Amino acid sequence: MTSVEPGLLAHHFEDLDQQHAAASLGMWIFLGTELMVFSGLFLAYAVYRTLYPDAFAAGSNQLNVWYGGVNTLVLLTSSLTMALAVHAAQIGRQRDLVLYLVLTAALGTAFLVIKGFEYHEDYEQRLVPRLAFDDEEWRANSPEIERRPPERLQASNPHEAQMFPERVQLFFMCYYIMTGLHALHLIIGIVILVIQAVLAGRGWFPPAYYAPVEIAGLYWHFVDVVWIFLLPLLYLIGGHAVG
Amino acid sequence: MPAHVVHPRTYLVVFAALIALTVLTVGLDLLVREDLVNLGAVQHPLALAIAAAKASLVILFFMHLWQARPVVRLVAVGSVLWLAILLAYTLTDYLSRTWLHVAGY
Repeated sequence: MTSVEPGLLAHHFEDLDQQHAAASLGMWIFLGTELMVFSGLFLAYAVYRTLYPDAFAAGSNQLNVWYGGVNTLVLLTSSLTMALAVHAAQIGRQRDLVLYLVLTAALGTAFLVIKGFEYHEDYEQRLVPRLAFDDEEWRANSPEIERRPPERLQASNPHEAQMFPERVQLFFMCYYIMTGLHALHLIIGIVILVIQAVLAGRGWFPPAYYAPVEIAGLYWHFVDVVWIFLLPLLYLIGGHAVG
Repeated sequence: MPAHVVHPRTYLVVFAALIALTVLTVGLDLLVREDLVNLGAVQHPLALAIAAAKASLVILFFMHLWQARPVVRLVAVGSVLWLAILLAYTLTDYLSRTWLHVAGY
C-alpha cells in the first residue's frame, strides 16, 4: 500500500495491511471469549442431559423441529449473504456491499420473527417453566412409571418419577436461556449490520479499508455456528426415546 | 490481511453443502420419530457429527480460517481445545461418580 487516503490508517499501525490483520485477530480473540460465554450454558446442558437423559428427550420431543430447521436454513443463508458482502467490499462493489449487508440483516430479523412465533407457540403449549407448565401431566407420563413394573418401582427410587417434571423444566430452562442469549447476540449483530449498511452507502468501506465489514462478518458467522450446534442439542434428541 | 479474495463460487458450493447437511440431519430426525428408521446408539453422535461438519465448513470457508495466518488458527484451535477440556473434565467427573459410590449417586 503506497498511497493511503488520509484518516484510514491509525497512527499506531505501520500500514493498512497490519491494521487489517490486527482487527481480524482482535475479533477472533473476542470470539474466543464469546465461545467461553456460551460454553457455560453448553456445559450446564451437557451435565443435566447426562444426568437426566429421559427428561431431556421428552422435553426435546415437544419442540417443533420445523421451526428449528427453517430457522437454521435462514441463518445459513444469512451467512452466505454476509460472506458475499465481504467479497463485494474486497472488490470495491459498493452497491452489492450495501445490498448484501441489508439482506443479511433482513434474514437475521426473519430468524427473530420466526423465533417469536415459536416462543408464542411454546407458551400456548404450556412449555414454559413456572409461567405455563403442567407438573402433574408430566409426572403422570413419566417414563419411569411406564418402564418399571409396579413392584420394582417400590424397590427402586420413587423419587425419580416425582422429579421428572422438574427435570423436564431444566431442559426448557436450557432451551430458553440458550436460544435467548443467542437471539440477543443476533439483535446486536443486526444493529451493527444496519449501521454498516448505511455507512457503506456513503462509501466508508473501500477495498483499502473493509476490515469493519469483515470482522462484523466473523461475528455473524460465529452466531451462526452457535445455532448450528443448538439445533441438534435442543431439537433433535427426541426420536422415539420416549413414547 | 486483505490478501485472499475467495471466489463467490466457493461460497455457493459451501452453502449447498450446508443446506444438504441440514436437510439430512432434520430428515433423519423426522424418520426416526416416525419409526421408519432406527439409528440406535448412532443417532445422537451422528447429529453432533453433522453439526460439527457444518460448523467446520462455516469456520473454514465463510470465516476464512482456511487461508488465515497461523496466529489466527492458533486462537481458533486453542478456543476449541479449551472447550474440549471444559467438557471432558467436567463430564468425567459426573460420569465417574457412580463408580466410587459418591453420596447421592
